[in-house]
Amino acid sequence: MWTGDIMFANAYELIVYILNFIGIYEPINNIFKMLGIEYVLRIIIVFVEIAILLVFALLTIMFLTWMERKVVAMVQARYGPMVTGPRGLLQPVMDGIKLIGKEDIIPAKADRWIFTLAPFLIFIPALLIFIPIPFGESLIISDLNVGLLYIIAISAVSPIAILLAGWASNNKYSLMGAIRAVAQDISYTIPLALSAIAIVLFTGSLSTVEIVSAQSETWFGFIPKWFIFLQPLGFLLFLIASIAEMGRIPFDFQESEQELVAGFFTEYSGMKFAMFFLAEYAHLFSVSAIVVTLFLGGWSFPFLTVLPAALVPIVSLGIFLIKTYAVIFFAMWLRDTVPRVRIDQLMNLGWKIMIPLALLNLLATGFLLTVGVF
Amino acid sequence: MKTEELLINMGPVHPSTHGVLRFKLTMDGEIIKKCEIVMGYLHRGTEKLGEMKTYLQFVPYTDRLDYISAFPNNYAYVKAVEELAGIEVPLRAEYIRVLTLELNRVVNHLVMLGSLLLDLGGSTMIMWGFRERENALQLFEMLCGARMTFNYIRPGGVREDLPEGFMPKLNEFIKDMEYRIDDYEQLISGNEIFMMRMKNIGVLSAKDAISYGMTGPSLRGHGVNYDIRKVEPYSVYPDLDFRACVRNECDSFARYMVRIDEMRESLHILRQVVDAMPEGKPTSQAKYGIAPMTGAPTAVSTYFPRIFTPPPGEVYSRIEAPKGELGFYVVSDGTIKPYRIKIRSPSFCNLTAIPKMVEGLMIPDLIAAFGTIDVVLGDVDR
Repeated sequence: MWTGDIMFANAYELIVYILNFIGIYEPINNIFKMLGIEYVLRIIIVFVEIAILLVFALLTIMFLTWMERKVVAMVQARYGPMVTGPRGLLQPVMDGIKLIGKEDIIPAKADRWIFTLAPFLIFIPALLIFIPIPFGESLIISDLNVGLLYIIAISAVSPIAILLAGWASNNKYSLMGAIRAVAQDISYTIPLALSAIAIVLFTGSLSTVEIVSAQSETWFGFIPKWFIFLQPLGFLLFLIASIAEMGRIPFDFQESEQELVAGFFTEYSGMKFAMFFLAEYAHLFSVSAIVVTLFLGGWSFPFLTVLPAALVPIVSLGIFLIKTYAVIFFAMWLRDTVPRVRIDQLMNLGWKIMIPLALLNLLATGFLLTVGVF
Repeated sequence: MKTEELLINMGPVHPSTHGVLRFKLTMDGEIIKKCEIVMGYLHRGTEKLGEMKTYLQFVPYTDRLDYISAFPNNYAYVKAVEELAGIEVPLRAEYIRVLTLELNRVVNHLVMLGSLLLDLGGSTMIMWGFRERENALQLFEMLCGARMTFNYIRPGGVREDLPEGFMPKLNEFIKDMEYRIDDYEQLISGNEIFMMRMKNIGVLSAKDAISYGMTGPSLRGHGVNYDIRKVEPYSVYPDLDFRACVRNECDSFARYMVRIDEMRESLHILRQVVDAMPEGKPTSQAKYGIAPMTGAPTAVSTYFPRIFTPPPGEVYSRIEAPKGELGFYVVSDGTIKPYRIKIRSPSFCNLTAIPKMVEGLMIPDLIAAFGTIDVVLGDVDR
């Protein structure tokens, strides 16, 4: 049986273990010890982690833009990008080159500093969310004991950035788009958090690693104990709320182009526009990863323990990515299939249906747990 | 709290106005208080041009009115001229005309569905619609070499007979379309969000709809059984079995559903036309309207003595175009050019009902209601 034991607490320890395994950790450590700056080595290792994560995130974003186009094309009976690279795989690179080459326009009446700050403010939280996500066994930057709270808190930063962008552009479409986006973000964070809390009732911990290990057991030896089976309503609410948070069709009010041109980033061009674009896809990946972590068992999978211990981090990373891309595919598929709801219908759905349902779900879960059904 | 009304200019260049149309919206927050339509941005003086051209030269100009469905435009004008000159058209030509008209109706509704869904934020339908439209356009290309501006239907018949291999391709298209329409319905009709956006939105009573002069599928969504093919039958429609598609809900969804029904009905007509297509010439062989050389020869009659000239008189002739009643009022004074051409275009009259329809709704509803009216700005401004 899977014991839930984890070899290493986080990726830092994994790196140290690998260095030890090769036999170069001790000599390097001794050099730094001699100089009396041991902490520098720790910082370097952390930087290596961050570099790996950044490269991973950017590659993922690039792949996602390509994937989105391909999925849309598949649904719409087209080819999608085919010219740049094999099956158009280099299209994101070409897009990047094009956007870097574009003129970086700041409108004359815009608030220069805030206008420049906003894209960074939206891009950095999108990357920060990656920190407490367990990509695989031991593959986590930092196992925060308030991981879930951290994720919800960090994703609540992006409305501020959106509002800044909308306000600083000094354009009515931008401002309208920003106000809508913020209203939407705030109203959907509540059912999002409420349905996540129901999970916490089960695990008794906010740590993402704990949540994953709580799901790694099985019923009857083959049905995984994922929270999607214990919390079907919670899963549904969380999924809808997170799609609304991402601002994708059917909830893409921030940029409903038929009404608001391009929403809050109407005035942005060049790399600043690219930052919003990248943040959107980083957000898509991280939110899908959170859905997987909370409800679909994270990186765990039945019979993972029969593998040799050294293989588990790699295989679990693969499992995690497969699950995450399944969720991403669902979001893309949804985008191509349904039209957009209206802004007041969106608010009604959020406040009148989803929040009461999430509260009810929480109540029922708490009751059943207290009674001892689960 | 003191609030101010906000004036929003939607258009003339806006993704959801399907061309150059401007809505002057007086907004109270998100609610439309007053909607004023400003049109004329695409005015090309087509009616005046008609007075400058001979009767045959004007046919290509009609292509440019409603450029999504040019065959009905051709036909409506040609029908007026034929009534004016009393031209007998061979049966085969009439069948070919009905074939093109109904095929064009399907194409028109495909474009309408695509752009409606695009306005609502669903991007798939337009690609699907244009995929089938491409097949139809290839049929048109076989017929007359053009894909959008055909200039195919002429006084006295059609320009050319059906080309070789046309009928098998048409049959293939009809067969293909049948299950494609089911596909569209699966994608759109039952979609909860689509219904949320369409049901009870853009409601207009049948009385109001009639008083605004709405016609065609937009009117039939209001429970009014008014189809010119039935009310005032023309061409070979009396011989064909079809029904006018009517829905009673008076909202955007009803107007949308009428389109879907009409596509099925058009395919039904097309099948009958394919079966009943008679042999014969596609053009009338008689000589009509060649004015005898009487009186002093004018400059024109000297150089072009054999130009088609209908007798003096006036005629109003109308057909059921895909968008509604398309009428041509042609006045002849016995010269080679019409004295006056007035075009009663369906888009123009249907569009005028929009302000009444959207008062008290929101901008997204305006876009949805506008999409179901199915307007082409070339047809509105002429």
